[in-house]
Amino acid sequence: MASSIRVRATANGDITEVQALIQHPMDTGFVKDAKGELIPAHYIQQLKFECNGKDVFVADWGTAVSKDPYVKFSFKGAKKGDDLKVSWTDNKGASDTTTAKIS
Amino acid sequence: MKRSLALAVVLALPLALSLAPAAHAANEADYKTAYSAAEAAAKEAAGLRHQWTVTVSTLAAAKKAADGGDFDRAVAAAREAEALAKASVFQAISEKEAWKAMEIR
Amino acid sequence: MKARTSILLGSLSAALVALALTSPRVVAADKVDPVADAKAFQNFFFQKFPTVKHEDFVNGPYSMNEDMKRQWQEKEEFPPYEFALDAGKEMFATPFKNGKTYAHCFPNGGIGIRQNYPYFDEKEGKVVTLELALNRCREANGEAPYSYVKDEMASLTAYMAFTSRGKPMDIKIPDDPRALAAFENGKRYFYTRRGQLNFSCASCHVQSPGERIRAEILAPALGILNAMPIYRSEWSGMGTTSRRFITCNSQTRAVPLEPQADEYRDVEYFLSYVANGLPISGPGARP
Repeated sequence: MASSIRVRATANGDITEVQALIQHPMDTGFVKDAKGELIPAHYIQQLKFECNGKDVFVADWGTAVSKDPYVKFSFKGAKKGDDLKVSWTDNKGASDTTTAKIS
Repeated sequence: MKRSLALAVVLALPLALSLAPAAHAANEADYKTAYSAAEAAAKEAAGLRHQWTVTVSTLAAAKKAADGGDFDRAVAAAREAEALAKASVFQAISEKEAWKAMEIR
Repeated sequence: MKARTSILLGSLSAALVALALTSPRVVAADKVDPVADAKAFQNFFFQKFPTVKHEDFVNGPYSMNEDMKRQWQEKEEFPPYEFALDAGKEMFATPFKNGKTYAHCFPNGGIGIRQNYPYFDEKEGKVVTLELALNRCREANGEAPYSYVKDEMASLTAYMAFTSRGKPMDIKIPDDPRALAAFENGKRYFYTRRGQLNFSCASCHVQSPGERIRAEILAPALGILNAMPIYRSEWSGMGTTSRRFITCNSQTRAVPLEPQADEYRDVEYFLSYVANGLPISGPGARP
């Protein structure tokens, strides 16, 4: 199964710019399905980006984040060729992780 | 614009009339008459493929009120649905020529 | 009852009289002239928005608002339709139960041909859209058709649009009275007011592109289908041309027609033809 995480990280001098697109339903728990029953809340609780043993971006999310979230941020202290590890866990106990090289 | 004024008059009518006091409390027979008139108008609109969503929902509201025994509300809703359906038929017919006024030439 | 009926009749006849008196000059347009129509259509927008590059019109609201355009360009580095696009590519290559693939149904194996749709099928005497062609391909090969509005149909058309990205829209209208009638029918549909809100497609997309409708910015009608199918943030997902026609109808409080109704096929034909020469930009992302 393909990873739910697409990530691209580009180093420009000392600053690394990261973009990620994560495939996740991010159900709020308020929406009803075709039968009229509530679709239970299903959302990413924590999203973490790690580089060189340090957390460079940690997000604690709830139901206010939309489906298939897109994240963009920059951080200092990494260089081309370093590994960037991305992982998430959701409220159902599921998780996914992927590692990308900073280009 | 005379066209939209006429349409506005037709649309305003049901509101004015539903506020008019009823001579007597409506009964099931009144409802059935009003509903079949509304249904006929809605059918004409559907045939012209110009049905309005509000016509459909107002008709449904009329039926729901009647099912619950509230014939006053059912009759009022049926009459409003009939007016909406007739307005949509008027729209379909007048737009057959009126569309040309909007065309980029 | 009597008073009410007579008021209704009275206002109707008054309206009809008013209509007759204020009727626009009836132009003797016996001959349907798509070439002239397309030229007038394009010139209207080029003149209304002289600072917008011609090929930029296919970017809809982004061609009308600089701030939105910047945000969109940033997102295009990692676009929300990526998942659907990858799914579509995979679906397109997956054989049917009988071993054949979509490639068997389309010229050039279905690659780089999206700009030719819709086309007028002279055997059938009707307009055939890409979505229709895909489902017919499925049915011809013993598979159940997909819903026209989203999911698989959106993914497949996203992939096919992507293989045509940058190619100019290239719709043909054969010298066949039925094709000309379909074009004219589509044009009429586009300009006809409908729904309780009494809007035509033109009300928003010809009279008010760049203006706001609630929180959205309206796209110009020129090239409006070139980005289809689209990932709409409002839908939190993909939608096809069929989906957009249907939702636009219900948003004006008109009961939508069935997907791939004659009127929808014809209006897609009209809108695509008048955008001839403008690049395919699909799949797209919209607010």
